[in-house]
Amino acid sequence: MNLNATLIAQLVVFFILGWFTMKFVWPPIVKALDERAKKIADGLAAADKAKADLALAEKKVVEELRKARESAGDTRAVAERQAASLVEEARTEAARIVAKAREDAEAEAGVAAQRAKEALREQVAQLAVAGAERILRKEINAQAHADLLANLKQELQ
Amino acid sequence: MAGNAPTASEYVIHHLGHLNNSGHPQSQIVDWSIINLDSMFWSLALGLLTIFILWRAARKATSGVPGRFQGFVELLVEMVADQAKGIVHSAESRRFVAPLALTVFVWIFLMNAMDLIPVDLIPMLWTGIYSAAGGDPAHAYMRVVATADLSAALGMSCGVLLLCLWYNVKIKGVSGWVHELFTAPFGAHPLLWPINFAMQIIEFLAKTVSHGMRLFGNMYAGELVFILIALLGGTATVFGFVGHIFAGTIWAIFHILIITLQAFIFMMLTLVYIGQAHEGH
Repeated sequence: MNLNATLIAQLVVFFILGWFTMKFVWPPIVKALDERAKKIADGLAAADKAKADLALAEKKVVEELRKARESAGDTRAVAERQAASLVEEARTEAARIVAKAREDAEAEAGVAAQRAKEALREQVAQLAVAGAERILRKEINAQAHADLLANLKQELQ
Repeated sequence: MAGNAPTASEYVIHHLGHLNNSGHPQSQIVDWSIINLDSMFWSLALGLLTIFILWRAARKATSGVPGRFQGFVELLVEMVADQAKGIVHSAESRRFVAPLALTVFVWIFLMNAMDLIPVDLIPMLWTGIYSAAGGDPAHAYMRVVATADLSAALGMSCGVLLLCLWYNVKIKGVSGWVHELFTAPFGAHPLLWPINFAMQIIEFLAKTVSHGMRLFGNMYAGELVFILIALLGGTATVFGFVGHIFAGTIWAIFHILIITLQAFIFMMLTLVYIGQAHEGH
């Protein structure tokens, strides 16, 4: 329990150790602590922002869904109308085609009948000539009676 | 303790003798030509260990996820920083005072913790080394608890006193501080000047002496109790052996509280006294 120069030495060491800590220990640790505190604060802020964004996005999604449903209804109505008009057009077209086909067939049938008449007329003339030959039992000069035949043909028209 | 077994009194006195540059225990109360080599060795070694531990944590300090070691050092730093913030109301001063308080806390804790090493272990090893080197074992003094050296404890409290004087001048200015010395605490009446001044001097003295003496007294008493418990075992009786183990265990467990508490108190008073230097009376 005595006092001696240890006191002075200890006093000097006291200040040197304190200086060392001030210079090399305290600043980096406090810096790390402050940075971490800032990181955590930023993280919490980001989480809050994300939460708000999520709520906003959910609201948007609901809105978009509603819009999509509405526009889908519109589209369907338009499509139905379009389909109806298509069916209508097809029906008219079909009717037109059928009518034309009938006309064509009728025209063709008319021509064929005409041709058959012609042929029949030809044959009737020959038959008449042949008949007359048999009746007259003599050759008839076809040349000489051509006019007569023509007249006959004309009458048969 | 080679040769004849020492008496209890010789054992205690030998244990309380410092290894110093004069080769024998100091005879006068104050002798500035003597320096205690053992106190200086342990104080320096543990001081270097303190700053090494802190420096290692500081070097790897990251703002990411801290490891356990970094977390522990950060705990200490935050504890000291919070205390300093509440007591010293000057961010400028805190840049030195807070790190100093941290160092003082860890350093004094480590010096106090030397008390928990078996009281005869290091002195016995030292006696072996000393006599192997040709010295007289009776003069192989070694005290391992630097804070149980009054000079060391008062050395640190004098450091705090110097800081108080420095901050008094720095914050209040020379004239402001001198004005305070003569007008506080009783008033500015000229008749009160000498009384005020005497009170101020007494206050500074009392603060410094009690600051150092508190630490010294606690650690000295603790060391002495360990020595006495060791003497109990030294009786080599069943009672002594059981008593040594029983009392030694209880005292060591209790002492864990004391060494931490005394380190904390010294740190807190350092902050409080420096904080007072920043405030007017």
